[in-house]
Amino acid sequence: MNSMDLTAVGLGRKIKAKEISVEQAVKDALEQIRQSEEVYNCYVTVDEEGALAQAKKVQGLIGDGTLTGPLAGVPVAIKDNMCTRGLRTTCSSKILDNFIPTYTAQAVENLEAAGAVILGKTNMDEFAMGSTTETSAYGPTKNPRNPQHVPGGSSGGSCAAVAAKECSYALGSDTGGSIRQPSSFCGVTGIKPTYGTVSRYGLIAYGSSLDQIGPVAKDVTDCATILEVISSYDKKDSTSVERKDCKFTEALVDDVKGMRIGIPKDYFGEGLDREVKEAVLAAAKVLEAKGAVVEEFDLSLVDYAIPAYYTIASAEASSNLSRFDGVKYGYRAKEYEGLHSMYKKSRSEGFGPEVKRRIMLGSFVLSSGYYDAYYLKALRTKALIKKAFDKAFEKYDVILGPAAPTTAPKLGESLSDPLKMYLGDIYTISVNLAGLPGMTVPCGTDSKGLPIGLQLIGDCFREHNIIRAGYAYECSREAK
Amino acid sequence: MAKQYETVIGLEVHVELATKTKIFCGCSTEFGGAPNTHTCPVCTGMPGSLPVLNKQVVEYAMAVGLATNCGINQYCKFDRKNYFYPDNPQNYQISQLYLPICHDGFVEIETAAGRKQVGIHEIHMEEDAGKLIHDEWEDCSLVDYNRSGVPLIEIVSEPDMRSAEEVIAYLDKLRLIIQYLGASDCKLQEGSMRADVNLSVREVGAPEFGTRTEMKNLNSFKAIARAIEGERERQIELIEEGKAVIQETRRWDDNKEYSYAMRSKEDAQDYRYFPDPDLVPVVISDEWLEEIRQKQPELRTEKLERYKKEFEIPEYDAGIITGTKKMADIFEETTAICGKPKKVSNWLMGETLRLLSEANKTPEDIKFSPKNLAKLINLVESGTINNSVAKDVFEKVFAEDIAPDKYVEEKGLKTVNDEGALRAKIQEIVAANPQSVEDYHNGKEKAIGFLVGQTMKAMQGKANPGMVNKILKEIL
Repeated sequence: MNSMDLTAVGLGRKIKAKEISVEQAVKDALEQIRQSEEVYNCYVTVDEEGALAQAKKVQGLIGDGTLTGPLAGVPVAIKDNMCTRGLRTTCSSKILDNFIPTYTAQAVENLEAAGAVILGKTNMDEFAMGSTTETSAYGPTKNPRNPQHVPGGSSGGSCAAVAAKECSYALGSDTGGSIRQPSSFCGVTGIKPTYGTVSRYGLIAYGSSLDQIGPVAKDVTDCATILEVISSYDKKDSTSVERKDCKFTEALVDDVKGMRIGIPKDYFGEGLDREVKEAVLAAAKVLEAKGAVVEEFDLSLVDYAIPAYYTIASAEASSNLSRFDGVKYGYRAKEYEGLHSMYKKSRSEGFGPEVKRRIMLGSFVLSSGYYDAYYLKALRTKALIKKAFDKAFEKYDVILGPAAPTTAPKLGESLSDPLKMYLGDIYTISVNLAGLPGMTVPCGTDSKGLPIGLQLIGDCFREHNIIRAGYAYECSREAK
Repeated sequence: MAKQYETVIGLEVHVELATKTKIFCGCSTEFGGAPNTHTCPVCTGMPGSLPVLNKQVVEYAMAVGLATNCGINQYCKFDRKNYFYPDNPQNYQISQLYLPICHDGFVEIETAAGRKQVGIHEIHMEEDAGKLIHDEWEDCSLVDYNRSGVPLIEIVSEPDMRSAEEVIAYLDKLRLIIQYLGASDCKLQEGSMRADVNLSVREVGAPEFGTRTEMKNLNSFKAIARAIEGERERQIELIEEGKAVIQETRRWDDNKEYSYAMRSKEDAQDYRYFPDPDLVPVVISDEWLEEIRQKQPELRTEKLERYKKEFEIPEYDAGIITGTKKMADIFEETTAICGKPKKVSNWLMGETLRLLSEANKTPEDIKFSPKNLAKLINLVESGTINNSVAKDVFEKVFAEDIAPDKYVEEKGLKTVNDEGALRAKIQEIVAANPQSVEDYHNGKEKAIGFLVGQTMKAMQGKANPGMVNKILKEIL
């Protein structure tokens, strides 16, 4: 039996019971990487040596009773936008090709403290800008369910690595759906927690006010367990929230009796693939049959989410990415004449087209004379969207809908039409704009055999509700 | 007839705050240190690093705001000012544009023309940049980020000043307030206080302001005064020649006494300000504001009044003593020990200022401790040493902060109060100077001075002068 067939929690249990050694688990993952990586390209960097060394160390700490947690010894893949000390961190960009961080992101540190063994860094859309993992400077990742198709993005490498069993679980980040959409495309489970739950310290920023790190794994139990470990109040992150309710595994209860579930009609209109619609509504029926009260409602403002999101995220990105200038670290053009030429050439050669597009868009909406018309208006829209959700959560515990309007598109289809790619984020980005927690749970496949994802959205700090709903759904799905 | 022009001046003053750590990380703000040793991922703009606001910066900014009669924005925010330059590791500076912490205040200044108020438009908090070092030899530039992230406040005045004299008075006032608050040492030469001058001229009586320029690189009060004079003349000349003043930033070269255009408004950068999403708004509760208000120390004006009343120090002296916080602190501490405010004031106004000026130093450079000055005063007052010995001893106190009691003991400088010994010595002197004795008896009062001098010389300056006088008159 291959230990990568197990869930993370299942593997952790076997390691604790000494049925599988940490080294064996790491070797199984590395073997799988050797076998399928050439096709899928889930990783930018695989740290075989580091992982094996860490495995030995962790095994010792488990042996002497220092590490007792559910994830001790379980191998993990980290999205390549989280800093890892001594391990190259590229954001899938040429501009950070040679960047080796001097410190480790807080979320990753939390995992390491719990005994996780890092296998490597996963591929992503460059600087998390994209929905297909095709904008990576290190080549696209392929969808393990069908390598002709994209894995989604931007955490495509993390989601594909989990689906391809090239790791036990992974960390992703989600700015506009970057965990939930590729989870949907790859048929894995992923959570984007409430903004402020997981420290952003060490996460290389795309849209700072929207970015959150979250788990990608095989099931809801894994996700709840991982989230419990990575969540922490961090004084190094001013937007970190001190929460007392991070025992997410307590919500792993197969009971949704009386749970109020709202289905926004706005999420089931034009543009939604028929098969996706049917699968998601069927999932709602399952929860209803288990005692949940399911009801349709009008969320409103959905059409405004995409322009507001691309304005805010691009504005923040244009400023966040200005530090990549060839002065201190990262790529510097070989030939230049003076400072400005060095800036221009380094950035022109270092960034890919999608990143440049968003930097230009962001710079434009922040420029004097346009700030009020675009950026401020987008911020007001963001506030209105939050209000609309607040109103909905007065009535519902969970909002249920699709994670993406379609299943995974074919490779190359999206790059030619960025606007279409942007529209694919329609069901996920409002959740980031409102700072809410959202989760994707697989809910079937379409006629081509491509996975479909169910999205469960909760009110701020109410991860428990979506975890409970997801878990209950999963229990019935597994029983089928 | 020549036209009369009025100069209109507003100031942007940057003050480096005296916090132990930087504004957004825990690195030391200490001056000096090998390049890039007071740095961390945050102040070097490493990917993924995040800023966390230093509370002390907010408290200093509030304190300065309150002391300059500003309103405090109890909900304020930080914004990013985006521009590319290697001394700025993130290529944006975290500053405040939309909601600065303090607004609409004023300070009162006094010049020969009388008292007036200078309005303060706003005070905002921001981070300092690193330092670029150009290595001509290697033809490369190096960056030192030790200063990157050192907290600053920028105090923006209204265009209320009309002369260099008023500008200096305003800067001096700010310096005193901030020093008294302990928020900064405000040294222009060392860059902990920096002023940019916005200046325009207009015909006296004109309703509108003229086009202004901004002058940078002013490192001393003298340079500021010269730059104002130079820029005023340059603008008037342009206007008289029928040319237009261009709105631009100029760099003052104090050696050449001329300013050079750096950039005009047309090619001014668009800083694309927007609220920093990595920082949460600063919410100042009523309680916090009140706490800072309660903790405000006594400022110069109040102190000056109190010295006049409580210690009966003349206005002029009180003005000089309160003119620097250092001097005022020494005055109060010494007085607290020895209980003789007038004597303390005399030592500060007399010998201290004299020695400072001889050494070309300012009161901030004073090294001696209040304890030793108090001891010296007590030695004089108890008659242990006389005034002339005391002056010599003070020079040692001033230079090395020696303990005067021990010094006097060791060097045997105590005044001789033994009347018998003194009388014997005076008799010797009188006997040895018959001419002076005769002159004295012939009505030449001055002659006694000579005899006193001879006695003091013989006693190595340690005699009690009153006693010498008395005994001499008796003998004569």
